[in-house]
Amino acid sequence: MEFQTIRYEVNDKVATITLNRPSAYNAMTEAMNKEITTALKVAGKDSSVRCVEVTGEGKAFCSGQDLVDVEESTNHADFLRERYHPMIRAMKQTPKPIIAAINGTAAGAGMSLALAADFRMMKSQAKLVSAFMNVGLVPDSGFMYLLPRIIGYSKALEVATLGKPITGEEALEMGLISELVEPSDWEEKRKTFASQLAALPTKSFSLIKRYMLDSMNHDISTFLEQEAHAQRIAGMSDDHQEGLTAFAEKRKARFSGS
Amino acid sequence: MNKEFIKVLQEGKVGIIQFNRPKALHALNRQMVDEIVGQLKSFDQDDRIRVILLMGDERAFAAGADIDEMMDDTPLTLEFLDPFAIWDEISNVKKPTIAAVNGFALGGGFELALHCDLIIGAENAQFGFPEVKLGVMPGAGGTQFLTKAMGRRKALEWIWLGEPMSAQEALHYGVINRIVAPELVEEEAMRLANQLAEQAPISLRLIKEAVYAAEDQPVREGKKLERKNFYLSFASHDQKEGMQAFKEKRLPSFKGV
Repeated sequence: MEFQTIRYEVNDKVATITLNRPSAYNAMTEAMNKEITTALKVAGKDSSVRCVEVTGEGKAFCSGQDLVDVEESTNHADFLRERYHPMIRAMKQTPKPIIAAINGTAAGAGMSLALAADFRMMKSQAKLVSAFMNVGLVPDSGFMYLLPRIIGYSKALEVATLGKPITGEEALEMGLISELVEPSDWEEKRKTFASQLAALPTKSFSLIKRYMLDSMNHDISTFLEQEAHAQRIAGMSDDHQEGLTAFAEKRKARFSGS
Repeated sequence: MNKEFIKVLQEGKVGIIQFNRPKALHALNRQMVDEIVGQLKSFDQDDRIRVILLMGDERAFAAGADIDEMMDDTPLTLEFLDPFAIWDEISNVKKPTIAAVNGFALGGGFELALHCDLIIGAENAQFGFPEVKLGVMPGAGGTQFLTKAMGRRKALEWIWLGEPMSAQEALHYGVINRIVAPELVEEEAMRLANQLAEQAPISLRLIKEAVYAAEDQPVREGKKLERKNFYLSFASHDQKEGMQAFKEKRLPSFKGV
């Protein structure tokens, strides 16, 4: 797969999408939005891939939309519909765990991208910045939908409006990230976390991803019916059989992801 | 029992028509429509069948009509052939029909689903009438059925814009009955079909006639038909069995007579 603005590599069941415009702090362009969307679809379909990692080349994770592309005449709604919404939908629709490995500053839409991942891990000196209000805009690309669901409304409102950069420690404290990592341990911890996720029963994971976040939009009866569907599907998976067998044989299950 | 473009199956009391033109995402050509209608009529006359299920595969229910087939049509070739007239026969089927929709139900495929009494849709199913984008319009009942289902304003918006409608929107506007996981469309449709297959068949057909009359007739006429059908149900053995079972606090066993 040939990409211009990202790198896409698959190693040992983990697909890594590296935003690759380090000289611009990996600012997003239209091409990058599209390439990320394409890469997610490729990873979603590749049965050898069981975990996806999104990270940035160089010092930054992603500095958000490249403001070079934004002009006075820009219609921001069309901009989002055409560039960002397909990417955010692809994050949700990818039936595999996605980690945002936040290696450096994630600002604006770069922070939104990290929020759209299933898990976030952060290098200790990295920062999360909702930069939108600084330029008189509102947080976009799913930010206002996802953040209150992840950390609760009150804190989400502070983050969205006050514009104070969030340090790794603060992010860990508010439940926004799963792991805070020292730079010296970064590569190793990334690998460990990704391989841990790649070893999960992927089908079950995808069903949790499909239904748990959206459960906040449904009443309990609707949700319980979805839960019955999800469990029926999981109950027919090879990994469920493997889980039962492993339990009976008193050994650790080896999940194939199907 | 299989034909060129459909597979015909029977599971218990449920007759299944599975579309079989996978390379074209089950786009409906005229022969395929003939085969579907023929099989519906045949199931309708078959005493072993109580409910009819129509389905495609995991990618599509049916993704529209066969465009190649109508490229060279003129108003008069269409007038003489009247290819959509045969669709009326679907509405004459008296047994319950269920469409199980995975993937796309577009154009003629959506119209076929709308001809069914009930529609089960996958979470990621997409419904729609893209005809407008080809400079034509729905011709096999689409404007009528969708308007009955969702009202004039929403129907105009969808058919004018020709954009795909998500399963969630379709459910919201009462166009489909239920949303289920894509992996379980067939299973959940069969569960519903089997549930219906245990109900009293004569009740089901009399109810179907009365409910459709509610859409087409003034309430006064509809109520007359309803009460005649109610009286008619007392001609059935199942009415006696149903009421007896109720008195005896046991489950009824309906025979369809």
